[in-house]
Amino acid sequence: MSFHMKNAYARRGLQAAAISLFALLASVAHADWGGLNMTEGVSVLSKEIYGLHMEIFYWCVAIGVVVFGAMIYSLVKFRKSQGAKADTTLVHSTRVEIIWTIIPILILVAMAIPTARGLIMIEDMEGATLDIKVTGYQWKWEYEYLGHNVSFFSTLKRDSNEARALGSGIDPKTVPHYLLDVDNPLVIPSGTKIRFLLTAQDVIHAWWVPAFGMKKDAVPGYLAPIWVQVDADKVGTYRGQCAELCGQDHGFMPIVVEVKSPADYDTWLRAKQAEQKLAGEPSATAALSTTVAVATPAAVAQ
Amino acid sequence: MAYETHTADEHSHDDHDHKPHGWRRWVYATNHKDIGTMYLIFACVMFFIGGFMAMIIRAELFQPGLQLVEPQFFNSMTTMHALLMIFGAVMPAWTGLANWMIPMQVGAPDMALPRLNNFSFWILPFAFTLLLSTLFVPGGAPAGGWTLYPPLSLQAGDGLPMAIFAIHLMGASSILGSINVVVTIMNMRAPGVGLLNMPLFCWSWLITAYLLIATMPVLAGAVTMLLTDHFFGTSFFSASGGGDPVMFQHIFWFFGHPEVYILILPAFGIISEIVPTFSRKPLFGYDAMVYATAAIAFLSFIVWAHHMFTVNMPLAGQLFFTLSTMLISIPTGVKVFNWTATMWKGSLSFEPPMLFALSFLFLFTIGGFSGLMLAIVPADFQYHDTYFVVAHFHYVLVPGAIFAIMAGVYYWLPKWSGKMYDQKLATWHFWLSAIFVNVLFFPQHFLGLAGMPRRIPDYSVQFADWNMVSSIGAFGFGLSQLLLPYIIWKCIKSGSKADARSWEGAHGLEWELSSPPPYHSWDPPPSREIVARGVQH
Repeated sequence: MSFHMKNAYARRGLQAAAISLFALLASVAHADWGGLNMTEGVSVLSKEIYGLHMEIFYWCVAIGVVVFGAMIYSLVKFRKSQGAKADTTLVHSTRVEIIWTIIPILILVAMAIPTARGLIMIEDMEGATLDIKVTGYQWKWEYEYLGHNVSFFSTLKRDSNEARALGSGIDPKTVPHYLLDVDNPLVIPSGTKIRFLLTAQDVIHAWWVPAFGMKKDAVPGYLAPIWVQVDADKVGTYRGQCAELCGQDHGFMPIVVEVKSPADYDTWLRAKQAEQKLAGEPSATAALSTTVAVATPAAVAQ
Repeated sequence: MAYETHTADEHSHDDHDHKPHGWRRWVYATNHKDIGTMYLIFACVMFFIGGFMAMIIRAELFQPGLQLVEPQFFNSMTTMHALLMIFGAVMPAWTGLANWMIPMQVGAPDMALPRLNNFSFWILPFAFTLLLSTLFVPGGAPAGGWTLYPPLSLQAGDGLPMAIFAIHLMGASSILGSINVVVTIMNMRAPGVGLLNMPLFCWSWLITAYLLIATMPVLAGAVTMLLTDHFFGTSFFSASGGGDPVMFQHIFWFFGHPEVYILILPAFGIISEIVPTFSRKPLFGYDAMVYATAAIAFLSFIVWAHHMFTVNMPLAGQLFFTLSTMLISIPTGVKVFNWTATMWKGSLSFEPPMLFALSFLFLFTIGGFSGLMLAIVPADFQYHDTYFVVAHFHYVLVPGAIFAIMAGVYYWLPKWSGKMYDQKLATWHFWLSAIFVNVLFFPQHFLGLAGMPRRIPDYSVQFADWNMVSSIGAFGFGLSQLLLPYIIWKCIKSGSKADARSWEGAHGLEWELSSPPPYHSWDPPPSREIVARGVQH
């Protein structure tokens, strides 16, 4: 009768769906496979975070294999249409409840240890040799190199800005680094611990460069620190975006960071200082007002 | 209980043949079945409106570049889509199912407070008319996200006070409905229906009701502070006045986290009804399931800041919230294991309710895994505000809450209507939904990990492929849902007669009543013998 057929189709379909879903999940375990996974990044913290992410992911896959395995086994083995009879005495077992509470707790403890270690590393702001104040605006970033008399705005590049307009007729694929390019990129030295102090002028924004592994909210009226140390050999250009909804052009205020060798950075800095002095731009350090509440988590004494 | 005066067309409490007819039956409804039906129809309409907004979102995100809508309108769509789905679709659907099933399952004639019940429902059409009207006022609908973070949310136009008032109304509706649920379950259980043998759906709603009563007032407080900051010169959330925008986030998420458990606990209850029925075996570990649900509810109050790991919290705070959040996976895991153990050595069949329940088990668990990953603070610094979060919560809400609602509807529709629906068509609905929901949301994990932020109308070219796949999934999923109202309509119009016990393995007091049930469900209460058949054994 049609009931039996329905059950067979349903069972096979469900099996196929479950197996393909699981296979998809497991196949994601390849780093950066055509844009499937998180980037390992180029900084001390990004690599720590990537390692933690993969560790937790593998735990989830392992648990998934066991749990989905038990479910799929039940679906195949205990079907009424194949003659299975229900064992209605199997309704509770305190021993089993305890076991499958304790084992997950132990797994969580195993996850918590590297988590806490990573967190302590992230919160250790000591020893930074360069401070850069980042201010979010609607809809651009301002970078101020504290103590170095350099500050400038960084806005979405003109060609991206024209292409993104509604009905512009310009194909985004023809624009280099579409939506991820700016007029004045941030420039920092590699191999150096840099502290970024994040704030905002109007609404909450967030500063995020995936390759650096760190993201934090830029809250108006408050100053929030993060630290970044790019590996000494990872000179290059890295791109990020605002990561907190800040109004209509939230998707159109990217971040571009040029990481140079310390020597090249020094050259750039001196040129920039000269340029800004000629142009008569106000000193960046004067902008660091003492009335702003500085909310920094206590650095952990190490 | 005689009334001094009653006109011929008013429903007389002690005269069962004179219930109101026509529009008065619905506007003056005090019957839990009619009110339940109204909640469910309302939820269905809101689901389609919110779904239509999602279609606009995914259509714009189909390709890089802006093709359809301005960025501001896009932000309104994401904001309103969430508000409608959470407050207009899922919560009223749960309330509708509670109204229909709780009195029948505990052996009561109706809910404890029928007039309050009527009021709770009728607030909602007014609240949502107000909310949807914001689309047509100067400044448009709120566009700062459903989470309404200041200062951005305060940049809204005329839509803001309207939305705030609508939220107050919805909150009042939920609180009053929850009071009704608590009073009904605590006071109107028939003799023999104890707290520790009533159906798990009732337990899940009892706990959800307490969560609602505790947290809706907190949301009301938060949005009222937004209102006064905007109109009455307070500066709760502005640093220049001595306030803190982040304080809003704490208050909002103190509501917001229990809210997401409010959205899922009734789903757990429904799965706990359906899996035993189609396994022909009682629920495994009933007591453990009750305790696990209570543990989840308790823990839900101490994890809120995991939505705010990037706001610059002190180290100790981050550590506390990451650990407490990880802990929630324990009772949740216990529930998944118990459902699996229910199926183990059962005798399974795969009718539509069971299909939806099984996909819930698989796909909600996937949402649980991404949730565990999000709980890990250092990793969250890469996931936060990306499509990884969007993927996580859509997995727990769509193949989680929504599929559980559909499972409940397909399970109890024969009881409500007295007719069996077209199971072949419902099976089609299931497969289309299950496949497309994964095409829609699974690639969003990849997008988030690859670095795509959320709440953006346009994106860099490297995100194009998965966005296109996701949008195709969205169109397929959206269209498939049109099957649901058709199946229900066809059932009511021409379904074949359903038995009282519409499913072979079904146990529970509702199955001891006729299909459809009498106007006053259990009047008088069920005998001890019937109760013994209907409670958890």
